Amino acid sequence: MAKNGNKNGKQLNVVGKPFRKVDARAKCTGQTKFADDIVLPRMLFCKLLRTHHPHALIKNIDTSKVVALPGVLAVITGKDLPISYGILPVSQDEHALCIDKVRFIGDPVAAVAAIDEDVAFEAMNLIEVEYEQLNTISSIEEAILIEEPRIHEYGDEGNIHKKVSLEFGNVEDGFAIADLVREDTFFYEGNTHLPMEQHAAVANFDPDNKLTLWSSTQTPHYVHRALAKVLELPASHIRVIATPNGGGFGGKSDPFNHEVAVCKLSMMTGRPVKVTLTREEVFYCHRGRHPVLMHVKTGVKQDGAITGMHFQSFLDGGAYGSYGVASTFYTGALQTVTYDVPRYKFQGLRAFTNKPPCGPKRGHGTPQPRYALEVQLDKIAEQLKLDPAAMRRQNLVKPDTITANYLRIGSMGLGQCIDKVVEGSQWTDRFSGWDQNNRKLPYGKGIGIACSSYICGAGLPIYWNNMPQSGVQLRLDRQGGVCVMCGSTDIGQGSDSILAYIVAEVLGIDPFDIRVVTADTDLTPVDLGSYSSRVTLMTGNAAIQAAERARELLVMAVAEKLSVPIENLSLAERRVFDVENPDVGVSFAEAVVLAESKFGTIGTVGSYSPPRSPGRYKGAGVGPSPAYSYSAAVAEVDVDPETGIVVVERVWIAHDIGKSINPMLVMGQVEGSVYMGLGEILMEEMVYRANRNVVHKFPSMLEYKSPTTMEMCDVKTYLIEDPDPNGPYGAKEVGQGPLLPVPPAVANAVYDAVGVRIDEVPITPEKVLKALREKSKGRDGRYGPTSVPSVEWPEPLRVLTPAEGGDGKEMPRVAVHS
Amino acid sequence: MSAANKQKTHIKFVLNGEPVEVAFAPHKTLLEVLREDLALTGTKHGCELGECGTCAILVNGRAILSCLMLGLDAEGQEVKTIEGMADGAQLHPLQDTFADTGAAQCGYCSPGFLLVAEELLKKNPNPSREVIKEALSGNLCRCTGYIKIYEAVELAAARMRGEEAELPRESVFGL
Repeated sequence: MAKNGNKNGKQLNVVGKPFRKVDARAKCTGQTKFADDIVLPRMLFCKLLRTHHPHALIKNIDTSKVVALPGVLAVITGKDLPISYGILPVSQDEHALCIDKVRFIGDPVAAVAAIDEDVAFEAMNLIEVEYEQLNTISSIEEAILIEEPRIHEYGDEGNIHKKVSLEFGNVEDGFAIADLVREDTFFYEGNTHLPMEQHAAVANFDPDNKLTLWSSTQTPHYVHRALAKVLELPASHIRVIATPNGGGFGGKSDPFNHEVAVCKLSMMTGRPVKVTLTREEVFYCHRGRHPVLMHVKTGVKQDGAITGMHFQSFLDGGAYGSYGVASTFYTGALQTVTYDVPRYKFQGLRAFTNKPPCGPKRGHGTPQPRYALEVQLDKIAEQLKLDPAAMRRQNLVKPDTITANYLRIGSMGLGQCIDKVVEGSQWTDRFSGWDQNNRKLPYGKGIGIACSSYICGAGLPIYWNNMPQSGVQLRLDRQGGVCVMCGSTDIGQGSDSILAYIVAEVLGIDPFDIRVVTADTDLTPVDLGSYSSRVTLMTGNAAIQAAERARELLVMAVAEKLSVPIENLSLAERRVFDVENPDVGVSFAEAVVLAESKFGTIGTVGSYSPPRSPGRYKGAGVGPSPAYSYSAAVAEVDVDPETGIVVVERVWIAHDIGKSINPMLVMGQVEGSVYMGLGEILMEEMVYRANRNVVHKFPSMLEYKSPTTMEMCDVKTYLIEDPDPNGPYGAKEVGQGPLLPVPPAVANAVYDAVGVRIDEVPITPEKVLKALREKSKGRDGRYGPTSVPSVEWPEPLRVLTPAEGGDGKEMPRVAVHS
Repeated sequence: MSAANKQKTHIKFVLNGEPVEVAFAPHKTLLEVLREDLALTGTKHGCELGECGTCAILVNGRAILSCLMLGLDAEGQEVKTIEGMADGAQLHPLQDTFADTGAAQCGYCSPGFLLVAEELLKKNPNPSREVIKEALSGNLCRCTGYIKIYEAVELAAARMRGEEAELPRESVFGL
């Protein structure tokens, strides 16, 4: 594929250009309608009563006083919505309102609909709930040790939700041939999405007995399915419209209690019902980054080439399943996609605890292992006296290969990424070279490097089916209007605009000529949602197919009219014309008239299904993707040894985007990812008071520290374009991947600056000071966990690697003799 | 308080250049009055505790957090919201540059940032990057990493000074 053309070698007129987003004007004038901006006549307001107990049986709920309160129209409890739901088919463990048990502070037990928010709030205080306290499980260690009481009646055992064990090749063989084997332990604290918009939803059960839900959700299709199940309505009677999300980052990807509650209340009252969560409630809804404890054992040759890796992860899942089974697999899936790892063993465990449930946050399950891996590689480079950038560069996974765990690598631009950040940061002139006595930067200043890779869409949908993951429908009208319809959800990343750019490119019109209709289950074909960095690749490919089908109808009609061979016709500048004689042609609108006259109403569809992955073993569903993006980052830090305060001054980041559909939006995603990675490594943490009922320490934006303009670093961005054959115009993802290298690059820079290893995220001043104090006493200058719980792992599912002649299937289990 | 029967208070003030009269329950914040009683939903809420800057508006030309101001205190004041920032259909230069640079990703924090930036540029037509950071430090954005916002403010400032400015190439295509 030509780098600056489409597959016909045609000049690109829209793709690759920094157009404004199609919704930019609305967003800058306050006209974008977010969910809480919707007001309907006779609308009621809903509030959820959330428990103050982390783990308790519900003995009785008395709502009699509420019913008597003027202005209250309806009150519901768990028994009104007895059917369970959950985002994953294997974790249908949530109820809209708890029925017999609450599992974390914030779990809702009742909901009211009232004439205004004040009355709804007053009503909450009149609901009397009688509880019987249960012992709480507050940590991974407790969940492993304490089997009773069980938080859920399902799961692998006791309070262990899921245990997985996989081995690709024989890692012990890998360690045996290694020149160095290192074992390290890391902890990555949980953190949350903190979208600026609190979740909100409006439900309206209309006089036709059909239900409409407007909601700030990233996954309207999955919400649609959950509502049909829980409300026992035919899905065809439910319409879910995802309003533009005021930030998502993964936090609006589950079906939520409040969404179900307003639907039920609207069905009961016959009136529209709105709910808007408070900021505090958003902290309890959470579904953010899992806290993960990790142990990594890696064998390497003298040149740093990896001979084998054994990775263990322990996830604190919180009170419900959410995406947790997928998150668990993701902590072990992508280790092999960056550097060549010929033998690989993964063991993962997810624990249930009495805390807000964790789920997917930007990078879903991969920033934690990426931190561990990249910091450990830095330690390995030091032991081998190798330059950490050059060592990484030398051991990259090869393009167009299949990894030990059967992930198919396509394009791979990481080498170029490393080269760019090494050059830009003047790495060789500034890195200490592991020699503190011959430092190039003054003590306290340092630089560090890390790399990463990420999926461009999950290879499989969340529920098993053979249908496309993304569908696009195009309608062309005789006035020349083009409407593109797709189920995708714009969460700020610009997915609506991507549809317009791509259709405009194929049809030779201006993106602002196009009407984009998205995220409406009545009007738009299914797209699975804004998660797993799937949207540009999948909707983009579906849009190309729909637009090329429309283009074909147009050129057939125009060719006939102008008596020009079809292959001579080109679409550009709102015209369809003969490339050999550009004056011969018709306007785009005339072309549509000709096509509509010839073929009837012009509508086309396109769809996209990812290629089948070569992995056939149980667990092979997590990790495959049509393509992988790559990033490399160098961070420059200033560490004050007196206070332990780490200031990140600059990050150089290079991202292999394949091809930018709009470079301006790509830049914005890279910068935003660096920002979010910076927040995670320096300050963001979801922490709870274990000895005080597992209550959240600070569910507010003031106390949950996130970077302001004063903490944000300077960012130098490089875009590497190595087009991937599976991407639309070669494009890969950018929304999540560039976050991944930032936390470990900062940690490695801290070591370069002051010689201490902080093996626990976030790197707070206290941790730096403690490590410096240890170092000054002649002890190991390190802060972090020293061990992982001892766990009886199941016998690993063994898979021969492609290099060993494996076929992607697990080997038959045989009796193990010691 | 019996919330169902609360007495409304009636005030007059100037909103986006036009006189308005509005009646509302006296405990309401100006944020709530704007959104719920005057149907101007362009002003957003992120915390309703004065922590995030999302609800910033201009009162007598000064940026304030509308979640921390009682609606009653707007009596007789001049209030400007995002809906009053453009000159008719003509966008304010800041709105134009925010749109052009992608400074508005999800767009939820944008109204607050835009109005705070408008106040800044009125006071200081040529602010340095450091001054811009300081001025915007009370507004949180989770999407952009703030960089495109700084660039949009700098570009708008240059254009408002009459310069023919564009974004540097590296801001659009990378280095």
